[in-house]
Amino acid sequence: MPATRFLIPLIVFFAVCAFLWKGLSLNPKEVPSPLIGKPAPEFTLPLLNEVNTTFDNMDMRGEIWLLNVFASWCGPCLDEHPVIVNFAQSSEIPVLGFNYKDRPEAASQWLTRHGDPYERVVVDANGRVGLDYGVYGVPETFLIDRDGIIRYKKIGPLSQTDVSEDILPLIKDMLQ
Amino acid sequence: MIKKLCLSMLLITCVTSVLGNEAPTLAKDPILEKRVKAISLELRCLVCQNQTIADSNAGLAVDLKNQVREMLQKGMGEDEIKDFMVERYGDFVLYNPPMKGTTMVLWIGPLIMLMIALAVAVRIVRRRSVDDEKKRSSADTDRARELLKD
Repeated sequence: MPATRFLIPLIVFFAVCAFLWKGLSLNPKEVPSPLIGKPAPEFTLPLLNEVNTTFDNMDMRGEIWLLNVFASWCGPCLDEHPVIVNFAQSSEIPVLGFNYKDRPEAASQWLTRHGDPYERVVVDANGRVGLDYGVYGVPETFLIDRDGIIRYKKIGPLSQTDVSEDILPLIKDMLQ
Repeated sequence: MIKKLCLSMLLITCVTSVLGNEAPTLAKDPILEKRVKAISLELRCLVCQNQTIADSNAGLAVDLKNQVREMLQKGMGEDEIKDFMVERYGDFVLYNPPMKGTTMVLWIGPLIMLMIALAVAVRIVRRRSVDDEKKRSSADTDRARELLKD
């Protein structure tokens, strides 16, 4: 009896510790996206620097592609930019820029200054399409498969580890 | 001195004018605004996680409020609007989490905790009253013995 009396609080203590420890390593900003496994919402948006040309994401059917939400006003976008540039150079997968709630001139300048890894850049000036994609923390990155299904979503800056551990294996899977 | 004072006054007005930049409310239709407000109070602002979109002036919150207003104008119901938000942002966007398998712990957990606490409390109280009785009875017998000695 005295042994259990001593043991039970100890076990409870360690259980609470384990939960708190786990809680420390969780990021509350990472909200699981309900969009994974669902078709990417359809959009038709003007292109950056070619306002009269529009781009329809249905045109990407049959291709695997990466959609990267960025804005010139967004600091973390600059942090992840080298990763995107590197990915675009080293991969066959087209990367589309999604310029979110930005001024087109500012976006163009930003791309000139920091390098333009994007095959095309679409402009979502009022954030309306961004809303359909559940964008709330720029930068965000979506990996979309040949059937137009969102297979991966990263909220916040993409790291080299995300690319090598999540995105590349997924692409490999899709190509098989 | 006066120059300094003027400068600081100017700075203060600058700061307050920035802080005072509240979300524009379209007070054209008070009934509509009331409904927008009611729904906004149940939706979480994902940028500023512990605020509802009604309380927040973050860009996204303003966008979502506009979205709610537009959908109401189109004649959509509250449930339709909430479904729309959940489809895009997940259950987390709802301030009241829905009852489902994954949220059961959240809903039932406190109840179970309360029951455990009650059970422990009842046990302690019972044991204590038994102890008291034992103590009292032994005290009583002691007193009786004391009295009988004489």
